[in-house]
Amino acid sequence: MFSRTLRTSHVAAPLRNNAFSRTTLVKRTVTTDAATAHAEAVPAEDTKPFQVTLSDESFETYELDPPPYTLNTTKKELKQIYHDMVSVRRMEMAADRLYKEKKIRGFCHLSTGQEAVAVGIEHSLTKEDDVITAYRCHGFALMRGGTVKSIVGELLGRREGIAYGKGGSMHMFAKGFYGGNGIVGAQVPVGAGLAFAHKYKGNNNVTVALYGDGASNQGQVFEAFNMAKLWNLPVLFGCENNKYGMGTAANRSSALTDYYKRGQYMPGLKVNGMDVLAVKAAVQHGKEYTTAGNGPLVLEYVTYRYGGHSMSDPGTTYRTREEIQRMRSTQDPIAGLKQKLLEWNVTTEEELKRIDKDARAAVDAEVAEAEAMPPPDATPQNLYEDIYVRGSELPFMRGRTLEENYYY
Amino acid sequence: MLRFLRPASRFVSAAAARPVARSAFQLFPRVPAIIQSQGYATEGGVKDYTVRDALNEALAEELELNPKVFVLGEEVAQYNGAYKVTKGLLDRFGDKRVIDSPITESGFCGLTVGAALAGLHPVCEFMTFNFAMQAIDQIVNSAAKTHYMSGGIQPCNITFRGPNGFAAGVAAQHSQDYSAWYGSIPGLKVVTPWSAEDAKGLLKAAIRDPNPVCVLENELLYGQVFPMSEAAQKDDFVIPFGKAKIERAGKDLTIVTLSRCVGQSLVAAENIKKKYGVEVEVINLRSIKPLDVESIVKSVKKTHRLLCVESGFPAFGVGAEILALGMEYAFDYLDAPAQRITGAEVPTPYAQKLEDMSFPNESLIENYIAKMLRL
Ligand SMILES: Cc1ncc(C[n+]2csc(CCOP(=O)(O)OP(=O)(O)O)c2C)c(N)n1
Ligand SMILES: [Mg+2]
Repeated sequence: MFSRTLRTSHVAAPLRNNAFSRTTLVKRTVTTDAATAHAEAVPAEDTKPFQVTLSDESFETYELDPPPYTLNTTKKELKQIYHDMVSVRRMEMAADRLYKEKKIRGFCHLSTGQEAVAVGIEHSLTKEDDVITAYRCHGFALMRGGTVKSIVGELLGRREGIAYGKGGSMHMFAKGFYGGNGIVGAQVPVGAGLAFAHKYKGNNNVTVALYGDGASNQGQVFEAFNMAKLWNLPVLFGCENNKYGMGTAANRSSALTDYYKRGQYMPGLKVNGMDVLAVKAAVQHGKEYTTAGNGPLVLEYVTYRYGGHSMSDPGTTYRTREEIQRMRSTQDPIAGLKQKLLEWNVTTEEELKRIDKDARAAVDAEVAEAEAMPPPDATPQNLYEDIYVRGSELPFMRGRTLEENYYY
Repeated sequence: MLRFLRPASRFVSAAAARPVARSAFQLFPRVPAIIQSQGYATEGGVKDYTVRDALNEALAEELELNPKVFVLGEEVAQYNGAYKVTKGLLDRFGDKRVIDSPITESGFCGLTVGAALAGLHPVCEFMTFNFAMQAIDQIVNSAAKTHYMSGGIQPCNITFRGPNGFAAGVAAQHSQDYSAWYGSIPGLKVVTPWSAEDAKGLLKAAIRDPNPVCVLENELLYGQVFPMSEAAQKDDFVIPFGKAKIERAGKDLTIVTLSRCVGQSLVAAENIKKKYGVEVEVINLRSIKPLDVESIVKSVKKTHRLLCVESGFPAFGVGAEILALGMEYAFDYLDAPAQRITGAEVPTPYAQKLEDMSFPNESLIENYIAKMLRL
């Protein structure tokens, strides 16, 4: 119904008419099942490119030509992608344990189940592109170049944590990674601003601005959409639709749960976010599209979080255990890729086991190192550093009492 | 009352407390509420309540008593509240009265303000006041100022509530005290409950008050247990705004404090008594707008020393206000400059040891009392 209104509206652009007929013809629906993907003529060499065909349920589009259902890749890349997803999951499992051991304070939001989004996005960007997201950020921080040690160190509030113990679970930053943001939705216009800067500087780069299905209803998301479209900013808005915002199912928070259509005047692309290759293909395409000056896109990554909203939420009061179990056992992004890699003879069971083992061992070793790192000393210097840029501080900051005032 | 106080001069004898707001504004006949027994019986009909239970009971009673009251906010209904304050309310009152909103603070805050302008009495819950920053324009510009801008034609009976201030281990964006922000706005009333009785009586008074009221709760207090008097367990219990409560009487030093810092100050006062035998008076402000200057001045007249303990940022804060008022109204009675303990001037850090240095605690208060009294 929503699309029909647009179709008959008189602000028609040529692109849209084309796209429309095509999408109606295609009639594909995104599922989180990537079973029909295939690859032929897989070369023996690790670095020799070949083509894989994505499942025909990978995408749905809104006012947009669908991206190609093929992806050029190498065995090496596929194995790296697999390795990365295993690493992210292992790191989140470590966070889960450390939280339960009461070594992590406050909130801790895990992305277990959603690994394909962070990993797929990273494998279609360069380090000159930008990513910004909300508090469910550990996987993104790792993919953007943070080390397990520094990320877990941050969770533990260590001095050598990625944010020196200042930010904790929700606030992590790295080159090309702008957090790690705690206020739901606020990162979206900020993401548009990152894209604005790319355009302003004449960079040929893209910004991926992520937010949740719950966050998608914040007014400022729509404000960002408008400016991005108005000024043709190279931004890929991305709704990580994991079906719930805390305990609220998407259809209880959102009048339209087709998040990829929410840009109204902006084309949209819905992606199977449980299929890392579909994510990679979508973002790769999106990047080409938007850096070619076609303006922003709204992507929707259909995904699922296995755990509760945060560690303090059991995650079972607003959804059934069966639902979680079904997603885990039939749609898991890691198991899904594994199956494909085996089917396509990209690798062997043994090699995958070795990758698993190596990735886990590497994560575990870094986690152990992080645990051994000291927390920041309780000195005023550590407390008051970095409120302002070094050298540009105020003369002093007031302490809890006059005596505790800190003079730089 | 205040207008009779002369800056830095005579103290006018206590006037009678103002009549309780509810009698004047109650529009609905009261129906007896089915009060669930929430706590454990102790002597004299006094029961133990958590602050959470007290807030829950206040909401339940007001929903019961007045069909114009409804509760709206994120996760308040099906999830029973992010901090379980609204537990059971959906089951009891249905989804017309207890409403889950999308995550859209500016939007749902504005919407509840509109409903209030149209005569309903919304209780707009913010999951925490950190998120009310998204909506502060609606609170200040749409809710607080409308009655005045309309020349008194358009009231706005709304209650904004949620946890405010220090929360443990959640870093800079989730641990901030907004008392001073809201306390500075003409047109708003602002209350800061500490105990279970405070929580129940102030929230009920807020819902009944015909003006916009911010109820600044604290997450760490939700689980704390307090005795609740028999009177406070009744559905007609309200605490009038602008009346501070002397939680502990003393003659040597006055602590003016609010919210979680009340409990910390009481512990410090007990410790200092054990060590040095001095008696510190602890005043729980209960409401910061209106602010009970009279009780502060009266106490300072007795103790001659004033210390404010609060956990907001120091600059332009609650402590700054209390000290300024002390200067304006009690200068003659002070034997030493009034002092303040506040949150440190730093975004809340995550690491525990650094966080510990950023907010008042019992031992800091204790040491400061000792210093002020040269013990
Ligand atoms: C402005 C604001 N409102 C409320 C919250 C509390 N909160 C944190 S996460 C969350 C749910 C967000 O859900 P969604 O956007 O779907 O992201 P997900 O957690 O599923 O990744 C809420 C309500 C917040 N952090 N910021
Ligand atoms: Mg979600």
